Amino acid sequence: MADERLNAISRLLARQGILVAFVIFMIGFALLNDRFLAVDNVLGVVRSSAILGVMALGVTFVVISGNLDLSVGSMMSFSTIVVLDLHDKIGPGLAIPVMFAMTLALGGLIGLLVGYFRLNSLIVTLGMLSAIHGLTLTYSGGKNMDIADKAGTWFSFFGQGSVLGVPVPIILLLGLACLLSVLLAKTPFGRKVYAVGGNGVAATFSGIRRPRVVLMTYLISSFCVAVAGLLQASRSMGSQNTVGQGLELEVLAAIILGGASLLGGSGTVFKTLVGVLILGFIQNGLLLVGLEFYVQYVVTWLIIILAVWLDIAAKRGRLLSPIA
Amino acid sequence: MSVQTPALRLVGIVKTFPGVRALDGVSFEVLPGEVHALLGENGAGKSTLMKVLAGMHQPDEGAIFIEGRKVTMRTPLEAKAQGVVLIHQELSLAEEMSVAENIYLGELPRKRFGLVDRPTLLAKAGAILERLNCRFGPEATVGDLSIANKQMVEIARALTVDAKTVVFDEPTASLTDAEKVVLFDIIRDLKARGVGVVYISHRMEEIFTISDRISVLRDGSHRGTLITADTDEDAVTQLMIGRSLDLSRNHEAPDLGPVALEVRGLSCDALFSDISFKVHSGEVVGFYGLVGAGRTEIAETLFGLRTPSAGAIHLDGREVKISSPVSAIENGISLVPENRKEQGLVLGMNCRDNITLPQVGDLTAGPFVSDGAEIAIFDHYRDKLEIKTPNWRQLVGNLSGGNQQKIVIGKWLSMRPKVLIVDEPTRGIDVGSKSEIHKLIRDLARQGYAVIVISSEMPEVLHVSDRIIAMYQGRIMREFTAEEVTEDTLVQAISGIVANGDRAA
Repeated sequence: MADERLNAISRLLARQGILVAFVIFMIGFALLNDRFLAVDNVLGVVRSSAILGVMALGVTFVVISGNLDLSVGSMMSFSTIVVLDLHDKIGPGLAIPVMFAMTLALGGLIGLLVGYFRLNSLIVTLGMLSAIHGLTLTYSGGKNMDIADKAGTWFSFFGQGSVLGVPVPIILLLGLACLLSVLLAKTPFGRKVYAVGGNGVAATFSGIRRPRVVLMTYLISSFCVAVAGLLQASRSMGSQNTVGQGLELEVLAAIILGGASLLGGSGTVFKTLVGVLILGFIQNGLLLVGLEFYVQYVVTWLIIILAVWLDIAAKRGRLLSPIA
Repeated sequence: MSVQTPALRLVGIVKTFPGVRALDGVSFEVLPGEVHALLGENGAGKSTLMKVLAGMHQPDEGAIFIEGRKVTMRTPLEAKAQGVVLIHQELSLAEEMSVAENIYLGELPRKRFGLVDRPTLLAKAGAILERLNCRFGPEATVGDLSIANKQMVEIARALTVDAKTVVFDEPTASLTDAEKVVLFDIIRDLKARGVGVVYISHRMEEIFTISDRISVLRDGSHRGTLITADTDEDAVTQLMIGRSLDLSRNHEAPDLGPVALEVRGLSCDALFSDISFKVHSGEVVGFYGLVGAGRTEIAETLFGLRTPSAGAIHLDGREVKISSPVSAIENGISLVPENRKEQGLVLGMNCRDNITLPQVGDLTAGPFVSDGAEIAIFDHYRDKLEIKTPNWRQLVGNLSGGNQQKIVIGKWLSMRPKVLIVDEPTRGIDVGSKSEIHKLIRDLARQGYAVIVISSEMPEVLHVSDRIIAMYQGRIMREFTAEEVTEDTLVQAISGIVANGDRAA
């Protein structure tokens, strides 16, 4: 009996190791600080995780198909700067679709290079990280971008508004998550994404147009970046050129925390969402505990590495990798 | 022979894993200068026994003796130090490094300051390669070698230690016939030096060529040891699967329908040229030839994976252009590829999704994949092909080789093709599943499919084909009907020897 229960626990740990670790973190932080689980704090965390979350949803598709996207951080800076600049020039109603089109064009370019030209995604998106950053600086002339009349526009709705008491960023995050989750789990396209990432050669042998699938994942990723850029611009109504810097790594951290494999073929939208929230709550918890801002970086990443290690160890059944 | 002290002796080895008794009191010995073949279906316990031998697993019960001394081997390194060397089926070489470095990896000769002593390294490696009659030098890069030569490097690595027992695990899986001859020479050489050789293989003919004794495992227990000279394939098969395998020549008169596929003058650069043949529906056409004769490349061209440089493909009398797998599938051509793990399956996906993968775009209800339609297809082919899996959610990677192959076949049958191409239908599959797959191929022809079978195993080609096309260096040498073909003429044809006037029109 006891053995069976132990077995069940170890199976749960093996399958949901990260989730269990998450619950332990949560309890720990809650004991250290009674504000941690207060409703306004929880809502605050979800809300501030929205931008990262939206981006992570898109990159999830790229990662499942077996590729990487390191360009999303600088692409988000680009979207934010472009939409802020165009806001005053052509008005929000036109600025938003134009910004989306430009961001999708960048995603399409990456998809073309990785999918059709079969270039390594790490190299392409690392290159695009810098190239897009340069593009953004060229566009803005290196200056910060601000909306002149911050009070006289409906543009602030996306980042600051709320519907029936729920902040719009949360609605957008959850809405997009539902939509993309259905796309990934229920449609033929989603199945093809898993197949291409699981075994690209077998997918080709099964008549799946692999380049097209890869292109689509980058278009989805860049669409999500555009949404994130819109949220960012609308929340702050002004921005530096480097607003998205480093987010590409946090996005990957969230996806890995969720339990997707960087080798492709596994992962879900829901898992990514869990990963995003874990990351958000860790950072928030450290803040509430009173850790200095710079130290937080160190501790956050140590926790991420620890969590991933525990997860892998639980799957392997031991802490260190076997030699053979 | 029994007066000799065995080079290696296992007594009553028991190894259990959670829920499985993988080895159930297995005893096994190999004498110095003996080749002892180890046979068994997938899952019979061969690989577990091997891992026990190599120090990767610790037995729960039983003992291991080397030259009469009781030993324990806790790691592969300890096993090597005791003189037990394993030559893996899957090669584990550093592709970018030189042959010499690979041979002495982990024990590179050193100079002062820990620098590698290159002259000594090359000299020592060169001596071993010479002993093996290798045609490449110690400075060659491993990545540039053929698979057979890579295997030679593995063997050379084994010879750096004073091996008392060498275990070969399916060594010929990717070798050509000529390379096999070299390998067998090496094994005979080891034998002459008094090394005990354990030879694991699925291929009956090889076992009878090379071994002195044959031990058979089934369901984790030792079913018997036979002296090779006193037994035959039937007796061994009986021990392995509890019944005999039918590899008799195909004498069934095919019920030929119209010509389903006609290929005229198909060429593809240096790979093959001027290939013309017909396949009727209801007929199995076998392609036989050496590795590299161009058989797989023809299949890949018919499936749109290669672009032909000349020639035409006709389906049902109509010329078709096949530019991609997508258009091949649309035209009713299906390919069961030669390498099922790399080309045939997404191992991390479940059984159902693998079967429906080529048509998942059509199995929809509104914008969504229809679960019901998918499960119906899976159920149909699970029953039809007798795929053994607990349920459709099982990951394909967890199935046995035979069942995996049935999943690939099911996947392509579910596309209802006009022409089904099966490349190496039973590679790496145990004897029991092999005969099931042969029967299946015959059944498909009877149901009116036009089937092309590519195989490197002569008994298989003779067993399933109505006609046999013999290929040599990218050309069709001769076409045989099932009645006229003999093993001799077939071997001659694939070796490029054609008797005068024998070339078929």
